[in-house]
Amino acid sequence: MIKLHSINEYEELSKKFNGSKNSNTHIISISSGTCGHASGSIELEEALKQAVKGYEDQIGLKSTGCHGFCAAEPNVIILPEKIFYKNLKPEDAPYIIQSILNGEILDNLVINENGIKYPYIHEIPFYKLQRRILTASNIVIDPQNIEDYIAIGGYKGLIKALRMQPKEIIEEIKKSGLRGRGGAGFPTGIKWEIASNQKSDIKFIICNADEGDPGAYMDRNLLEANPQLIIEGMIIGAYAIGANRGWVYVRDEYPLAVKTITINVNNAREMGFLGKNILNSGFDFDIEITRGAGAFVCGEETALIHSIEGKRGNPSQRPPFPAEKGLFGKPTNINNVETWANIPKIIEKGAKWYANIGTERSKGTKIFSLVGNVKNTGLVEVPMGITIDEVVFDIGSGALNGKKIKAIQTGGPSGGCIPLEHFHLPIDYESLKKAGSIMGSGGMIVMDEDTCMVDFARYFINFLQGESCGKCSSCREGTQRMFEILTDITEGKADEESIELLEELAYIIKATSLCGLGQTAPNPVLSTLKYFREEYIAHIKDKKCPAGVCRALLTYKINPENCTGCGVCKINCPEGAIIGEPKQPHIIDQNKCIKCGFCQDNCKFDSIICEI
Amino acid sequence: MPKIIVDGIEIDCPAFWTILDATNFIGINIPTLCYHKGLSLWGGCRLCIVEIREGDNTKFVSSCTFPVQEGLFIRTASQKVIKARKMILELLIAQNPTSKVLQDLASKIGLRKIRFKPKWENCIYCGLCVRICEEQMMANAIGFINRGDKLKITTPFDKNSEDCRRCGGCMYICPACTLRCEGPHPESVLCNGCYNILQPTCLELYENYSCWMGLKGECGTCVNLKKNEEID
Amino acid sequence: MSVEEAIIEKSIKKNGNFLIAVLQDIQEYYNYLPEECLIQVSKKLQIPLIEVYGVATFYQSFSLVPKGEHIIVVCLGTACYIRGGKKIVEALTKELNIEPGSITKDKKFSFETVSCLGCCAIGPMVLIDDAYYGEMTPKKVIRLIEELKR
Repeated sequence: MIKLHSINEYEELSKKFNGSKNSNTHIISISSGTCGHASGSIELEEALKQAVKGYEDQIGLKSTGCHGFCAAEPNVIILPEKIFYKNLKPEDAPYIIQSILNGEILDNLVINENGIKYPYIHEIPFYKLQRRILTASNIVIDPQNIEDYIAIGGYKGLIKALRMQPKEIIEEIKKSGLRGRGGAGFPTGIKWEIASNQKSDIKFIICNADEGDPGAYMDRNLLEANPQLIIEGMIIGAYAIGANRGWVYVRDEYPLAVKTITINVNNAREMGFLGKNILNSGFDFDIEITRGAGAFVCGEETALIHSIEGKRGNPSQRPPFPAEKGLFGKPTNINNVETWANIPKIIEKGAKWYANIGTERSKGTKIFSLVGNVKNTGLVEVPMGITIDEVVFDIGSGALNGKKIKAIQTGGPSGGCIPLEHFHLPIDYESLKKAGSIMGSGGMIVMDEDTCMVDFARYFINFLQGESCGKCSSCREGTQRMFEILTDITEGKADEESIELLEELAYIIKATSLCGLGQTAPNPVLSTLKYFREEYIAHIKDKKCPAGVCRALLTYKINPENCTGCGVCKINCPEGAIIGEPKQPHIIDQNKCIKCGFCQDNCKFDSIICEI
Repeated sequence: MPKIIVDGIEIDCPAFWTILDATNFIGINIPTLCYHKGLSLWGGCRLCIVEIREGDNTKFVSSCTFPVQEGLFIRTASQKVIKARKMILELLIAQNPTSKVLQDLASKIGLRKIRFKPKWENCIYCGLCVRICEEQMMANAIGFINRGDKLKITTPFDKNSEDCRRCGGCMYICPACTLRCEGPHPESVLCNGCYNILQPTCLELYENYSCWMGLKGECGTCVNLKKNEEID
Repeated sequence: MSVEEAIIEKSIKKNGNFLIAVLQDIQEYYNYLPEECLIQVSKKLQIPLIEVYGVATFYQSFSLVPKGEHIIVVCLGTACYIRGGKKIVEALTKELNIEPGSITKDKKFSFETVSCLGCCAIGPMVLIDDAYYGEMTPKKVIRLIEELKR
C-alpha cells in the first residue's frame, strides 16, 4: 500500500483513480454484509467465482457491504447498468454471467411488484424515494480496500478541512444544521463547540457504535460497508475539537463490523491518514477499537465512558457533561456512527448543500431500519420530512401477508408507537416528539393487526428491567413494577385501578430517573396507552386480547367437523388436557388447558381453533 | 461565588457545593438515604430530588449530586416533588418493609398506602455498605454484582471473603437493617405508627407553593384555612 | 507460569490495562471466565477482586459457567419478536428441556437469548456457533438441533 506524506500526494493519487480504477467492462456487486451471509451470499459468491472463469477480463466480482434491500437478499447489482437481481441461489450464477455477455436482462430474477417488473435500481419502489447520500457508495466499495474509497472521492473532505481553521470547521457544521443521529438530536456543531472551548491539552473523541436498540442495525451496515467514511469524519472532528486520540466503541454482538473497522483503521494508518503529522499537516490523531460487552445502558454516554474505563456501566448525573469532564476526566466528544458519517460530505460540499436537504429544523437524511410486518424490509436512507406513509407504503410496499397495518414503533425501547391514522406526519425530530415518540437511532418497526399493543409494551419493559444498571431506585424498582402490572393485564388479572397506577408510575419514573434509560423507559407504555387505550381496557374489563396474542385470554377449541380423531394433539398435550377416543372428535378440557398452543402447531387437519 | 435561590431564599455558595450542601447550610430538611457526609456521592436512591428551573419548564435532579450554578432556581418541597418522593418511598417500602428508617420517612411525608406486592427483601441498594467498606475501611470486600432485576450486593463468588475484617461497618451504616420496624404486618405493609394527622398544609392548597417551614403545617399559617379532613 | 497467567499476561500486553478487553480475551480462550483467572486478573491489574467480579457479572457477554459444545442463540430483538421469536424459544425450551441461559446435562448445548443480532430484516434469527440462520420457524430450528445431535 502506498503511504501518503502530503496533501499533494493524495491529490495525485486521487487524479489517477479519477472515478474508476477497474478495467473490466462489467462488475457484479454482491451484497455481503452480516444479513447477506445469513441469507446465503457466501455460497452465491462461490458459485459466481466458478461461473465467471474464463471471462475475468470482461466481468469482475466485488463483494461489498449491504446494499440495503435485505428482503431481496442474496442479491447482486450489475454495473454499470445498475440492474438488480433478487433472492438468488447458487444455481442462478451461470445464467447471470451469460446474460451479461449477451447484453440481456433475466426477467425472472428482477424485482416484481404487483405484476410490474423493475430491473433498474432507480425504478425499484424500494429505492425510488430514498436519497442515499451516505449509503449509495456501498454498492461500489470493497470494504477492505481503502483505494476503492479514494476512487469515489473519499478523503476530499479531510483535505478541505486541513486547509481550514478548526473554528471554521465548527461554524460549517453548525450552519449545516446536523443533529446527533444517536437519538437525542442535539445540534452537533454546538456539541463540538463546547468541547473545543475546553482548556485542556488532552481531549478525546468517541464513536458510539453500541447500537443497542433491538430492531436497529443502520450503524452495523455503515461499519461493514463503508468504514472509511466514519474514520474520515472522526479525523475531521478531532482536528476541529483538538483531540489526538479517538475510540470506536463497537457492540460485541457485531463480530463482522468489529473485524471490518479494525482492518480499515489499520489501512488508514498505513496510508497516512492516521498517526503522527497526518499528510504533513502537523496534526496527530489515532483511533483505537474497543468492544462493548453486552449492555444496552452502555449506549448512554457516561455509561459508555465507564465501560471503556473498565468499570460497571453505571451512568452518572450530568453536569458535568462529557464535553467538560469525560473519559479519564478529560473533555470528551461522543457522537453516533451516522453523525460521524455525515461530516465528510458536509465539509466537502458545504453546509449550504446539506441544509437544502430536509426540513427547517431537521436537516439532511436519516437511515432507518424498516423491519417487522412489512414487505420490503431493509435499510432506507430518506430525506427528513418524508412522510411515514411514503416510507411504509411506497418504499416498504405495505403489509406482509395481506394483513392490516396498525402502527409503527420508532426509537426502540426509548420511543413510542405511532398509529396508522397519523402516518401522514413528516419524519423529523419535532413531529415525532409531538406525536409521543422520538426519532431515536432509526429503528422503524411495522406492526400489523396481529400485534397486541399491551404485549408489545410488556416486551419492552421486560427488556428494560434486565438492562437497567440498577443504580437508581426509580428505574430499577419502577421498571420491575411496571412489568408486574403489564403482566397482570395480559393475564387478565388486573383491575380498573391498574391503568391509573401504571400511568402514575410511568410519569414519576420518567421525571426522577438518573439517566436517559430510565427517563425514556416509560415511553412505550405511555404511547400505547395514548393511542391504544381500548386494548388495555379490553384486557382488563372484558378479559380479552383483541389481537389474539395474550395466551391466557384465549380459548383453544377443537372443531368437531375437521377433527379425525388421530390423537396427535392428545399425545403432545403437556397437561393431558385433551380427551377423546381414536377416530372420534376430541375435546379440550378448558380447566386443564394452559394455552401453550402445541396442539394447534401439530394438527395436520386444521381442526384446532383459537378464540379470542 | 454562585448565587442560587432555594424556596425563595437567596444563598451565596462556594463553587464546590451541591444543592444539598446549600440546603443543609440554611436548615431546609431534604430526606436522604444513600447520602452520607463521610462517603463519596452516589445519587441512586432518588429521595433527595428537588425541582429546578430549566428554560420554561422544570426538571427533577438529585440534590446530593447536583452542583450549584449561578442563577439556579430550586424548589425543595413543591407538590410535584412531594408526590414523586412519595412514589419513590412507596417503591422502596414495597421492596423492604422492615426498615424503620423508611417507615419513619413514610410517616413524615404522609405516605398512606402501598399499592405494590411486598418483596420482603433486606436491601435497598443504596450502596452505603459498599462505600464504607471501600473508602473508610479500605477493605473492598463487598460490592455490586449483576444489574437490573438481578442486582445484588455481596462478596466475590458469594464466598467468605478474606478481605473482610468483620468490622461491622456495613451493618452500622445500613438503613435497612439498623433498626427493624415493629410496626408493619404482612397485611398492611405500612406502619404509620408515628403518623400524625394535622391540618391540611399549604401544599394541598396551593400547587406551586413550597413550604419551607416544615412539611406538616408546623408554622401554623394554613391551620385556619380548611377543616380537618382525611389527607390522602 | 500457569496457563491462566500466560494468557492474562499476553492479553495485558496487547490491550494495556483495559479490564473489559482482557476479560474478553480470557472468555474467548476458555469460552467462559474461570474463577482462578478473575483472581489472577485482580492481582495483575491491581484492581480489587470485587470490582473485577462486579464487571464480569454486569455485562451479558461474559459467562461465569462453562458453555456447551454448541452454543444456540435465539434473537429476541423487537423485529424478531414480532415475527414469532418467542415461539422458537418455547420450542427449544421443550426440545432441549432447559430454560434459556442454561446448559444441557450432557453439556452438549448452551441455550441463550440475545436482544439483537442486527439482522432484523430477515428475522426471526437463530445463531448456532458462528452460523447465522434467518427466517426461522420452530420446525426448522428443531431440525437443525437434530442434525447436531447426530
